[in-house]
Amino acid sequence: MEKKEHIISILVYNKPDVLARIAGTLGGKGYNIESLSVNTTTQYEISKIVMTSIGNQATISRIENQLQRLVDVISVEDLTNVESVHREMALVRLNLTPDKKDQIKKAVDDNQWKVIVSNDNYVILEITGDKAQLDLAMARLEPLGIADITRTGLVALELKN
Amino acid sequence: MKLKGSQILLKMLEEEKVDLIFGYPGGAVLDIYDQLYKSKIKHILVRHEQGAVHAADGYARATGRVGVCLVTSGPGATNTVTGIATANMDSIPIVVFTGQVPTTLIGNDAFQESDITGITRPCTKHNFLVRSVEELAATIKEAFHIARSGRPGPVLVDLPKNVMAAETEFAPADIKIRNYDVAHKPVPKKLAQVFEMLNHAKRPLLMTGGGVILGRAAGELSELARKYKIPVTGTLMGLGSFPGTDPLWLGMLGMHGTYHANMAVSHCDLLIAVGVRFDDRVTGTIETFAPNAQIVQIDIDPSSINRNVVVELPIIGETKATLKDLLQFLAEHKYIPAQEARQEWLGEIALWKEKVPLTYCQNGEIIKPQYVIETLHKVTNGDVIVTTEVGQNQMWTAQFFKFDKPNTFITSGGLGTMGYGLPAAIGVKCALPGKQVVDIAGDGSIQMNIQELATAAQYNIAVKVVLLNNGFLGMVRQWQELFYEKRYSHTDMTYAPDFVKLAEAFGVVGMRITKPGEVEEALRKAFAIDKPVLMDFRVSREECVYPMVRPGESLADMDLGTREMIN
Ligand SMILES: Cc1ncc(C[n+]2csc(CCOP(=O)(O)OP(=O)(O)O)c2C)c(N)n1
Repeated sequence: MEKKEHIISILVYNKPDVLARIAGTLGGKGYNIESLSVNTTTQYEISKIVMTSIGNQATISRIENQLQRLVDVISVEDLTNVESVHREMALVRLNLTPDKKDQIKKAVDDNQWKVIVSNDNYVILEITGDKAQLDLAMARLEPLGIADITRTGLVALELKN
Repeated sequence: MKLKGSQILLKMLEEEKVDLIFGYPGGAVLDIYDQLYKSKIKHILVRHEQGAVHAADGYARATGRVGVCLVTSGPGATNTVTGIATANMDSIPIVVFTGQVPTTLIGNDAFQESDITGITRPCTKHNFLVRSVEELAATIKEAFHIARSGRPGPVLVDLPKNVMAAETEFAPADIKIRNYDVAHKPVPKKLAQVFEMLNHAKRPLLMTGGGVILGRAAGELSELARKYKIPVTGTLMGLGSFPGTDPLWLGMLGMHGTYHANMAVSHCDLLIAVGVRFDDRVTGTIETFAPNAQIVQIDIDPSSINRNVVVELPIIGETKATLKDLLQFLAEHKYIPAQEARQEWLGEIALWKEKVPLTYCQNGEIIKPQYVIETLHKVTNGDVIVTTEVGQNQMWTAQFFKFDKPNTFITSGGLGTMGYGLPAAIGVKCALPGKQVVDIAGDGSIQMNIQELATAAQYNIAVKVVLLNNGFLGMVRQWQELFYEKRYSHTDMTYAPDFVKLAEAFGVVGMRITKPGEVEEALRKAFAIDKPVLMDFRVSREECVYPMVRPGESLADMDLGTREMIN
């Protein structure tokens, strides 16, 4: 069976150690979490976790079943096979060194990257998009010399409803 | 009504109809013990917290009700971990209350602080740290609900000292708990598929597991087997879910299963597995497990399905409800097994059984452990609840004692915890004082929780210990004999206490039995005494458990032991 990245959306009760339970369950059974994002929903007592994991369908089903066993887990859904939109975000600092300065400014203009901080020494860019867009941006940023970077996990929302 | 946390705890236990707690006090639970002093709820003071958990677990396995224990913080709490993991592996409903340092000190490495919810997260079904007295009552109710519902399991509730001392308004009627578990209803389409499969099958086989006992589905399973003449094998945890004396019963399958059960699994064309999880001790090499069969798996827990063995037809649902629906479907659609094919199949199994029966050779002056177990069955007419330790004693019990009823064979199947049997037997006897309760033990295992003899003596909990004393860590020695050229590295237990004197020192009746001719009489005598008794049976030292599927082999390739044993 083919291995690929799956996006799993998990609704949980917002309890103090729910994240530890999820991470512990998957870690303890030998499954990998590639990325993770957690936040509250419109209801304070319920949080949504979006995680990605690489595996074949059988492995992903086992992950879903293991998660479903947890008392604080309300629902688990694999968004990979349903129509959904995906976003990730990266904050990137580029140092405006004399040799790169012009190149950076041009690249920012050409790509219409969003600048959130800019001073004489560096710029901080906000890059948002799906995985492909982020990968493309990274490829373009690489030659400019990334001084520092933070990337979020992936978030996703199904189209239905 | 304003009540203190410790009072609310006891009120809630009464609400849950808890009549018995196994426990051990300490600083963090003094308030609770002070309330217990005035309470109607009975408390059994064990001698080690591991014993408390195993006793609560035995209580739960014998009655199907939630077992309860109470211990202090820090070392009291960490001492429960093996017991909790044991219950977790076998899906046993217990609630463990642990004391905790005051919430204001949590995280400070305070005296006798331990992060017990963190430690037990992977080995409980769920756990709670109660952070305020307002959430106490609902948490306790939820804990019991979680322990017993769905696939049962252990739940730990950590109780900080200041929460027990704090006061709040208490009104049990208002407590609401969330519903976390959806019991799946079997889909008619799937029942039709089982019907089809049964119609086509020439060699159907039922495989019963712990889920049938936990789900109280033994009656339905037996009806299915008997009505349609389907032979039945079972896992260690499934023993008792189908009568061991019924001709359709093939005995246990797996590593130390019977030859005919393993051959039946290897040759069946339809395997209906109910409440099992296909543990590696059961399947042998996965690739060669039931190679000719379509497999139907019925289980309450989706995570048990397609985990080890990939099955053709998974049915997620409570075992009882699903079997009931299946029985009804088969009746409505007038399922009639093909007579001739079924007779042929049963005949084939009978031939395997005849070729390699379960046997041993009791001759000479040395007691064979299997003989003790068979004689125990004879003396008690099988009307006894048996717990075991772990090792050869456990396997021989599974092989040679015929369990006819569910909840009468109580053993640590998943974790294989030495030291389980004695405290579990104490728990069983407390739950069912009218029943005879026996712990079949090895000399290694019994020493792991032997301190509980004091508990048995103090409360006159009249359990009987059948100690199969071979002077070895027998099962490990067997593997050393078979796979390590008899290099008995650290398995000789000849240096041991005088168990008879030790029993007597604890206030328990001690007996030593050294000759086969004395076995029956000793057992009869022990059962006539209304006190705890330890019988030290000196048995043959290097007996092996056969037949055996060697690790990495398939069920069809059993090592049958020496010819002398077989005849
Ligand atoms: C707590 C624990 N430690 C170690 C083991 C590994 N182990 C499995 S069987 C066994 C030997 C048991 O010896 P004994 O209790 O004398 O029983 P016998 O096999 O001789 O019947 C050991 C050490 C275990 N199952 N549990």
